[in-house]
Amino acid sequence: MTDNHPFTGQRWHDMGGGAAGTIPTGQHDFSLWEKRVDALMIIASSQGHFTVDGLRRVLEDMGEEAFETMTYYERWIAAVNQNLIEAGVYTTAELAQRMTAVAARGATYGEAASE
Amino acid sequence: MPHDHHDHLSPSGHPYRPDDDHPLTYWQQMEIAVRELLIEKGVTTAAAINAQIEAMDARSPAHGAAVVARAWTDPDFRAALLEDASAATRGMGFDIGPMRLIALENTEHIHNIVVCTLCSCYPRNLLGLPPDWYKSRAYRSRTVKEPRKVLAEFGVTLPDTTTVHVHDSTADMRYVVIPQRPAGTDEWHVDDLAKLVTRDSMIGTGLAKSPDAA
Repeated sequence: MTDNHPFTGQRWHDMGGGAAGTIPTGQHDFSLWEKRVDALMIIASSQGHFTVDGLRRVLEDMGEEAFETMTYYERWIAAVNQNLIEAGVYTTAELAQRMTAVAARGATYGEAASE
Repeated sequence: MPHDHHDHLSPSGHPYRPDDDHPLTYWQQMEIAVRELLIEKGVTTAAAINAQIEAMDARSPAHGAAVVARAWTDPDFRAALLEDASAATRGMGFDIGPMRLIALENTEHIHNIVVCTLCSCYPRNLLGLPPDWYKSRAYRSRTVKEPRKVLAEFGVTLPDTTTVHVHDSTADMRYVVIPQRPAGTDEWHVDDLAKLVTRDSMIGTGLAKSPDAA
């Protein structure tokens, strides 16, 4: 989205000073899958498979549309996954195979998360 | 995304994230797959993931409140906290992690407020996960430009004689605000003082509670 605009010295994620509306006051409880994403980020980065900069690089490259359309931890799992593939922890083929197997277990998170 | 449980609130009074009770999403599917692959490859274990979640859940603004109350009552600790907040809070037994923590002290004339304009960096190892608004475009964009308007939205109006300092976090260092100690609390025990310290007062979008509100 923003990549179609000329570069002004400030990428989309560099939000300081931009125009924006009222601060949203809504708060949600983190669900289990979100907490798991958070934990995977901490564990995989603490073991040196990627750094916080690697996480941010993918988040920033995902672009503004992802910021607007995906939730926080949806963007995080995408960034964690990208970094782990780049680090050679597993391959895209392994991921695809596993995601297919996961989906085949059931229609809800609870069903799909139990082997 | 369709959602037909608008009336359902969790025990804490917040709405459940739609993800909780809805069909498996693509990103949840990816989380499950990634987690299982990490376990199979020996990077981690299910127990380690659960332990990490429990550790994160155990962190809360109460930890920060204990730090602030001690700073209010223990001059040596206050000096150490302002000198090196990572070391001082570690000394209280908190797992601050590798990130540098910086304490910012509010005074009669200075009010500090913290934001992360580039992402959503937050002193999560001390205070727990950030509130949703901290990660919002509105807070990230406006706080550096019109902090007094942002503060007013949080119900905080400061006198013109107070200077507002806005601090922009980075991925490698985090800020925690030490709010001003409320008047009329001179004889208070440190544990009671801690109850006056709110999460927002340590981000700078709030003030410590007054004794009559406690």
